[in-house]
Amino acid sequence: MITAEQKPIDEIREMIAPYKKLLVLGCGSCVAECAAGGEKETGALASILRMANKMEERDVLIEEKTLDRQCVRDFVIELDDIIGQYDAVVSLGCGAGVQAVADMFPEIPIIPALDTEFLGETREQGLWVENCLGCGDCMLYFFGGVCPLARCSKQLLNGPCGGSMDGKCEVNPDVPCAWQVIIDRLSSFGALERLEWVYPPKDWNKKQGKGPRKIIREDQQK
Amino acid sequence: MKEVSNLKKVLEEGNFAVTGECGPPKGADPEAVLKKAELLKDKVDAINVTDNQTAIVRMSSLAACSLLRSAGVDPVLQVVVRDRNRIALQSDILGASAVGIRNVLCLSGDHQGFGNQPQAMGVFDLDSIQFVNVVKNMRDEGIILGGESLSSPPELFIGAAANPFADPLPFRVVRLAKKINAGADFIQTQCVYNLDRFEEWMKMARDRGLTDKAFLLGGVTPLKSPGMAKYMNNQVAGMDVPDEIIKRMEGVPKKKQQEEGIQICVETIQRLKEMPGVKGVHIMAIEWEEVVGEIVEKAGLMPRPSTAQ
Repeated sequence: MITAEQKPIDEIREMIAPYKKLLVLGCGSCVAECAAGGEKETGALASILRMANKMEERDVLIEEKTLDRQCVRDFVIELDDIIGQYDAVVSLGCGAGVQAVADMFPEIPIIPALDTEFLGETREQGLWVENCLGCGDCMLYFFGGVCPLARCSKQLLNGPCGGSMDGKCEVNPDVPCAWQVIIDRLSSFGALERLEWVYPPKDWNKKQGKGPRKIIREDQQK
Repeated sequence: MKEVSNLKKVLEEGNFAVTGECGPPKGADPEAVLKKAELLKDKVDAINVTDNQTAIVRMSSLAACSLLRSAGVDPVLQVVVRDRNRIALQSDILGASAVGIRNVLCLSGDHQGFGNQPQAMGVFDLDSIQFVNVVKNMRDEGIILGGESLSSPPELFIGAAANPFADPLPFRVVRLAKKINAGADFIQTQCVYNLDRFEEWMKMARDRGLTDKAFLLGGVTPLKSPGMAKYMNNQVAGMDVPDEIIKRMEGVPKKKQQEEGIQICVETIQRLKEMPGVKGVHIMAIEWEEVVGEIVEKAGLMPRPSTAQ
């Protein structure tokens, strides 16, 4: 999923300062799973903003709504009937959600309330870790299901570097050395010979060679 | 006169090679480079020039190598993949050869988070092993990545680094093999203090026939104080300074500690010299270049072959 964290409240307040009628818009998908922009967090942010305005005796309308998915037009269209009542939207969607709303409603300013972080997994309650770059050319087979591009600090395809000590990364001892994890995984199912191969330079053309990417599936189109 | 790699010549003629190291200044002053070159000249066969080591901005290694070349020294251009993508790396390789640099050491580089530009984007487009292979194909096949031909290939003696002290030990030799198979002509290792572990690693390297395929130079760094020994052991990733070395440094009066550090370094070189498969030493006297001559002399490695002729 896509992970995110809420921006500092002062930064959000600075961006919304010119507006009098705000819709605080949550998303029920990835950012709900990572407790950053779901219904609960959207309600909490709206309350904080209302309270702050009340204390400063500012007359601002702040309402809230959470879409099932902010990055899918079929859901964003639900705003069509109500968006005219507001002069700005505060979005708790990820970067894709913010832009989907912005794209559908070109006249209304949209303010991001989250910093979108990475593609990752929920490792345990309250812990999310990065493990995919979205490179467009998955190599996880070779590395035993552990991505060195996302999880090695130096993105080595032929690691580990000389800084791997006691299974930890030299850049951040809180982070496991991805290459130690790869070696452990490959040895556990007897595929260590894959480490002897020299992996050629990565083909980044698939990620950035033609500008921003899109997927077209004619079989899925109406 | 046609430029040749003195380091390559010394090694191929069967001599025990000695290389030194010079960190370029945090400034644009050519004299800082030339002063270090003067201290090391004739005491070593070639001088490595570090590439923004520890991710701190310094004079470019390519420019500093060019200065060394003009001072009559054989430079080893260190190039890290941290700051340049494959376009810039290949371009610098051509430029290095064009200005008469004949040795290159292909490295990953210290992570940008450690230095004085922690906000920098780390490139890491190639890794060090891929980079070795790219340089080899440029030199031997006259082609760049993707197969296009060069009008004239670069002439470079290709090096790579190895750290026998990082984990996991069995895989350190696999990685050495990958570097050599990718095209490394010579290898310079991380500083050796733990000779037992180094011997174990060397045996694994010999068993795989690697010491016959590339020239292996053991790295050494003279210690200035017990504090430095502890710092290297505890704070520098991939460094292994055994307790007995730290105790030895602590066991002498403060005034004698530098002398002791030099003595340990000389003894290490003598051990390395006797070890089958070790073809030379790489002396990294960090901001202490003035003692390199004394170390080489005491280790019985003077005069150097190129100056003796």
